[in-house]
Amino acid sequence: MANTVTLPDYQVERIGSQIAEGETIKSARPHALSDAIFNYCPGCTHGIVNRLVAEVIDELGIEGKTVGVAPVGCSVMCYDFFNCDMIEAAHGRAPAVATGVKRVHPENVVFAYQGDGDLASIGTAETVHAATRGEKITVIFINNAIYGMTGGQMAPTSLPNQVTQTSPYGRDVSKAGYPVRISEMLSTLDGVAYVERVTCDSRQHIIQAKKAIKKAFQNQIDGLGYSLVEVVATCPTNWGMTPLDAFQWLRDNMLPYYPLGVYKDVVADGYANAAEAALERAKDCPIAQQKKED
Amino acid sequence: MAEDFNHELLCVLSGFGGQGLLFAGKVMAYTGLLDGRHVSWMPSYGPEMRGGTANCSVSLSDEAIGTPFITRPTAVIAMNQPSVEKFGPTVVPGGTIIIDSTLAMNGAEGVDIAEGVNVVTFKATEMAEEAGLKGLANIICLGKLWAETHFCERETLDAALRKNVPPKRAHLLEPNLKALQMGIDL
Amino acid sequence: MADNTQAAEERVLMKGNEVLAEAAMRAGCRFFFGYPITPQTELAAYMAKKLPLIGGTFLQAESEVAAINMVYGAGAAGGRVMTSSSSPGVSLKSEGASYMAGADVPGVIVNVMRGGPGLGGIQPSQSDYFQATRALGHGDYFMPVLAPSTVQEMADLIYEAFDLADTYRTPTMILADGMIGQMMEPVTLPPERDLDSLPAKPWATAGHKGQRAHNVVNSLYLSPEKLEDTNRERFERYEEIKATQQRQELMMCDDAEIVVVAFGAASRIARTAVRDARAKGIKAGLLRPITLWPFPTKAIDQVIENGAKKFLSVELNMGQMVEDVRLAANGRASVDFYGRTGGVLPTPEEVLAQIEALAEDRPVAPSAGAKAVASVLPQPIDRKSSYERGE
Repeated sequence: MANTVTLPDYQVERIGSQIAEGETIKSARPHALSDAIFNYCPGCTHGIVNRLVAEVIDELGIEGKTVGVAPVGCSVMCYDFFNCDMIEAAHGRAPAVATGVKRVHPENVVFAYQGDGDLASIGTAETVHAATRGEKITVIFINNAIYGMTGGQMAPTSLPNQVTQTSPYGRDVSKAGYPVRISEMLSTLDGVAYVERVTCDSRQHIIQAKKAIKKAFQNQIDGLGYSLVEVVATCPTNWGMTPLDAFQWLRDNMLPYYPLGVYKDVVADGYANAAEAALERAKDCPIAQQKKED
Repeated sequence: MAEDFNHELLCVLSGFGGQGLLFAGKVMAYTGLLDGRHVSWMPSYGPEMRGGTANCSVSLSDEAIGTPFITRPTAVIAMNQPSVEKFGPTVVPGGTIIIDSTLAMNGAEGVDIAEGVNVVTFKATEMAEEAGLKGLANIICLGKLWAETHFCERETLDAALRKNVPPKRAHLLEPNLKALQMGIDL
Repeated sequence: MADNTQAAEERVLMKGNEVLAEAAMRAGCRFFFGYPITPQTELAAYMAKKLPLIGGTFLQAESEVAAINMVYGAGAAGGRVMTSSSSPGVSLKSEGASYMAGADVPGVIVNVMRGGPGLGGIQPSQSDYFQATRALGHGDYFMPVLAPSTVQEMADLIYEAFDLADTYRTPTMILADGMIGQMMEPVTLPPERDLDSLPAKPWATAGHKGQRAHNVVNSLYLSPEKLEDTNRERFERYEEIKATQQRQELMMCDDAEIVVVAFGAASRIARTAVRDARAKGIKAGLLRPITLWPFPTKAIDQVIENGAKKFLSVELNMGQMVEDVRLAANGRASVDFYGRTGGVLPTPEEVLAQIEALAEDRPVAPSAGAKAVASVLPQPIDRKSSYERGE
């Protein structure tokens, strides 16, 4: 059941020649997505999330001032997929690179797009510190519990007993330790304005994911603090499943370990921004309450 | 002899951290700056700065300065015993060593100081405290070294001292000048 | 503080590390990302104090790795940006330096060297010569490396480093050492750069504002042919740098038969030794590379043409630059090495002894250890101070 959509002018201009009169448009490529063909595997959820980010950029009308930072991992080529200015970062360093951009151009909207190995393993320090600095950036975190690009090794978020190339007998928590729960961890940091965990296994969840992503961008525009959206995602190729089975496995195993929901939202908690919430949390600490004179 | 010193002064100032030797060295270095001479000031740095000995090397020269580390000083200010023991034997004949015997209680005793070195020993820290100039023994020693070596014009020395007392601590200028004079008059 | 606002011509007495910071700001640097490490910390502290006052950003990063990647981001966004560290920290920066080179992002990296390998020590050293001149990180690239030998040069060279970085779109390194960083010398600070006069950066990722196609700052090329082409293009720039940017100081080299090659702190010691050798009637000279990459090969050619028969590379390491001297001399003159390592500085007497050995066709004793040096040196050291000589 396709809905007829009203396209913004630029999209009509873009695809107008392809539309016959009276034809209904089922779906148009967001302007913020380039013409480049995704290199993601069939059934991969990266494509969905790339698109959601692009739709949000379109809807907020910020493409011209947005700078994206691509990671190392399956989404390494996403600098080709987004039409905004893009920087390719070293593995795990996207938050540091985004920090550099944001400090030079505070008026820009800067986002980092990272997978679990990138964000929660090799780049944990950069992630935690960008968050605790309250860096006014937006981070989209794809958690599919595996290293995709290198062919299916254990990720920091691989589940206990999950079989991967480097945990062939299943992740042995007595030796390999436990998965990192990023949303829970980051929600304890004072610089963070907003953390939500979403997924995209269904239409409803995709709508919710887009809402969260939009909020994470809007927060940055409003200068509230650091925002991160964790998308619990699938990797059918390296999980060795069909896309549909992968979604079922996600529902059965990933979501109970990584529950969806809002982990921190300073605005919902009644604060103007992360800084105000941080001040309140440290209300009994005199030095933290000192006002900085300009 | 004093005239010759004007070509090149290679001075090591050494003592405990907090005795103000790096500051005294900076004042000395500043005289060279004001006189348009070649100058270097090189501190010891690293873990020994934290509570241990602190020293700096000041070179004033009419020629470009090679290494700023001084192995054969023409002058030494030593404000504790380890400094006397470490740097006393390195002073060149004809050079001068100023020893604050308040903390360096044994003075130059038992230290292998070359013949012809001018050894000046007095209780600078004690003098400073008695005169109500606590913490300015470094400047008294600097004054004494100047009196012994005339490493620059007197006005230059005063100007360098004025230049190095920051505006925030202007109230310390008079005591500093007083301490300098005290050392010179010794 | 008042000193900095005084007329540019006025000489002030400042620490080398602080001069690097002050001159960088005057060159238009408005972004600094760093991490504390001895012996360069004064630079970061100075930046922390002063940068916010002129609308700049100082950020103490969580690590050297993060710092250099912030530099990469800020440089990609078009900012004049720098980071500084000392040897162990610079190793951590190798990743970001490689990415900057690969994505043609300008920025200035300061290394105030200390002894190594590993944690090594904190005394002055030149043991990172290979690391700097062989480009620091992985991959096929170089970067300009400038080596100051005085506090004045700290100011002059970092001022230029930003322009070199922007002109050639490359990371650029200031390779200093604990001696020059920690010492105070009189310095005349450079004038403030007019920020409007800085080169435009149409390639920067600052948002396309609907005015142009999107910019991408990237070092990833999955097509080997494309990567090769990109690297070749970059190496054409390197050739231009080699042709136009070699810098050195020659002292007493017009008729020198023995030329001491030394940079940075070692060159200060060598300078004294060369003067002392001349006083003894030895035709010695000093070639002091100011650019370590590109290495001043033309100057080596020149002194050979002038009649140099023997080179002596004097370094604060076990012999690194000597390889470049040998490559440049290319068999036309003998090349020997003398150095001390671990943070030990050779005395001018030690260097003089080697020059004398060369003058008398005796072998040079390479990098004698502390004990060995003590045993060959006359006791006590017989170098007289000038006041002793001037009787």
